[in-house]
Amino acid sequence: MATGAAGEPSTRRADERLTAVGPLRRLLVKPELGALVGAVAVFAFFAVQSEVFRSARGVANWLDPASTLGIMAVAVALLMIGGHFDLSAGVMTGTTALTVAIVAVEFEQNIWVAIGVSLVVALLIGFFNGWLVTRTGLPSFIITLGTFLMLQGLNLGLTKFLTGTVTAGGLASVPGYSSAEWLFASRMTILGAEVRVAVLWWVLFTALATWVLLRTRFGNWVFATGGDEVAARNVGVPARRTTIALFMTTATAAWFVGTTLAVRLTSVQANTGTGQELIYIVAAVIGGCLLTGGFGSAIGASLGALIFGMTQLGIPYLRWDADWFYFFLGAMLLLAVLANRLVRRYAEAARR
Amino acid sequence: MTAETAPLLELRDVGKDYGSVIALDGISTTVRAGEVTCVLGDNGAGKSTLIKILAGVHRADRGQLLLDGRPADFGSPREALDAGIATVYQDLAMIPLMAIWRNFFLGAEPTRGRGPFRRFDAARAKDVTRRELAAMGIDIRDPDQPVGTLSGGERQSVAIARAVHFGARVLILDEPTSALGVKQAGVVLRYVAQARDRGVGVVLITHNPHHAHPVGDRFLVLNRGRSLGSFPKADVSRDELTRLMAGGAELDQLAHELERPAT
Ligand SMILES: Nc1ncnc2c1ncn2[C@@H]1O[C@H](COP(=O)(O)OP(=O)(O)O)[C@@H](O)[C@H]1O
Ligand SMILES: [Mg+2]
Repeated sequence: MATGAAGEPSTRRADERLTAVGPLRRLLVKPELGALVGAVAVFAFFAVQSEVFRSARGVANWLDPASTLGIMAVAVALLMIGGHFDLSAGVMTGTTALTVAIVAVEFEQNIWVAIGVSLVVALLIGFFNGWLVTRTGLPSFIITLGTFLMLQGLNLGLTKFLTGTVTAGGLASVPGYSSAEWLFASRMTILGAEVRVAVLWWVLFTALATWVLLRTRFGNWVFATGGDEVAARNVGVPARRTTIALFMTTATAAWFVGTTLAVRLTSVQANTGTGQELIYIVAAVIGGCLLTGGFGSAIGASLGALIFGMTQLGIPYLRWDADWFYFFLGAMLLLAVLANRLVRRYAEAARR
Repeated sequence: MTAETAPLLELRDVGKDYGSVIALDGISTTVRAGEVTCVLGDNGAGKSTLIKILAGVHRADRGQLLLDGRPADFGSPREALDAGIATVYQDLAMIPLMAIWRNFFLGAEPTRGRGPFRRFDAARAKDVTRRELAAMGIDIRDPDQPVGTLSGGERQSVAIARAVHFGARVLILDEPTSALGVKQAGVVLRYVAQARDRGVGVVLITHNPHHAHPVGDRFLVLNRGRSLGSFPKADVSRDELTRLMAGGAELDQLAHELERPAT
């Protein structure tokens, strides 16, 4: 065959099997593609049938649950790409929210002091999770199940002990509240609809996580650690540090969401966040994260959260029974897992 | 070829024990720049033990290791790597789901910008990957392709190109052809020759004399931890290598046993 364009001598004598990697297949390997198709379909489904759903106010309404979930889902997706799970992520939003409320109200501190203490607590829990996982080599599933249960007990036990009830409240009258409210819980009017600032944070964190994943060394290490930890370590990737950093990232996201909840509601139930951890994982998986690690995207996880938010509010807009929500979500999850399996098979199929 | 220059790497009477097992004893050979030294031997002969000593995974219990004529002592794989000795293990240290260019620079990513804006220079990484692979004659059209979609031979080749790019002076390959078909093995051997032609000293471990003989310049044959000799190519034919490896007399004995009875 003739030599191709200048600058690429001899590479044009291409292997005919390579033509199989056409643009379509290349697109299929984008982890967030499935979630994008899903999000568009879900939006169309509800928007066609419900005028409220597609109104500016309706959009703002379903963006709200998507935003706090999305912030968590992005962090959980990073962790999953790194090859681990964090079952304590949900209850940690409760722990951090309670810490803010209790330190500010019961110990009469400025709310910013309370928020700082809460961040330290979160980072310690995240470090503990990551350290234990890397030290023992045990599945993170079981280790964070342990932390999950411990934190659940602590949340209830300490709240009861310190406040005498299962609620920690009274945040609104604490010094510094208005500035905290501005940062974590303010509202803006966009196109006549009131949008919570959490939506802005969500978009910002998604962009940041995407940049870190795709355009930094750390991102490369995350993919490598989740893809094959031993191989990664053999070429000099600090896999342990990467794993611990990812657990601390999840904990930081939990702190952010926990603080947002505390500041918004000004009082926190001791069982806040329990059960949410699975929803984060569902969003990340719908977004294209493989359960086996090494593959996924932050944008995908955010789209997963968006699907969740649209479905959660779309179903009552159609006046359907709320039970359908879980059926819907489960079906989405199954579809996503099946699609992800194909992707993995394609990407790992060695040609001989 | 380059008989006058000092060898890159020289082994003098090297030995290694695992507890009471004498895994290696009295091994001597040389690795020269631009030459291929083949280490041959049956399973359990001590080939992997030998390269682990060169790669800094194990320390020799006896004998001497000379790098550029000076005594060397590697306490860790990192030290060996810093001295320019790169090892491509059979399991390759590549991540199947990651793109070729990401794998190529894994653990040594080029960056640009500073402080919080320090980022992986993806454009440069892709460019260098494409160029380095092309220089080795490896035809990969799309560096964005996941490594898992490459064949076993292509993967070996990428690993070799990576080692050469990161300045390996000595390249150790542990049985790179053992899991491959005839055609793929040929492809890998061609890249071994490419690395050799770029001035790298190659240590090729194999138990296949048919792979070793065409590409090798020197042959170290091991049997049960002992050296059966370190021969320059001129002194040994492929058939002799095969016989040596199987333990000479033992093979004759086997042939005798397998022959059909005369009557
Ligand atoms: N880590 C180890 N501990 C104890 N014995 C070992 C160890 N590694 C190898 N051996 C023994 O040393 C001998 C040489 O092994 P090895 O170098 O792996 O041979 P080869 O790679 O040629 O098949 C074998 O008898 C093997 O059982
Ligand atoms: Mg071996």
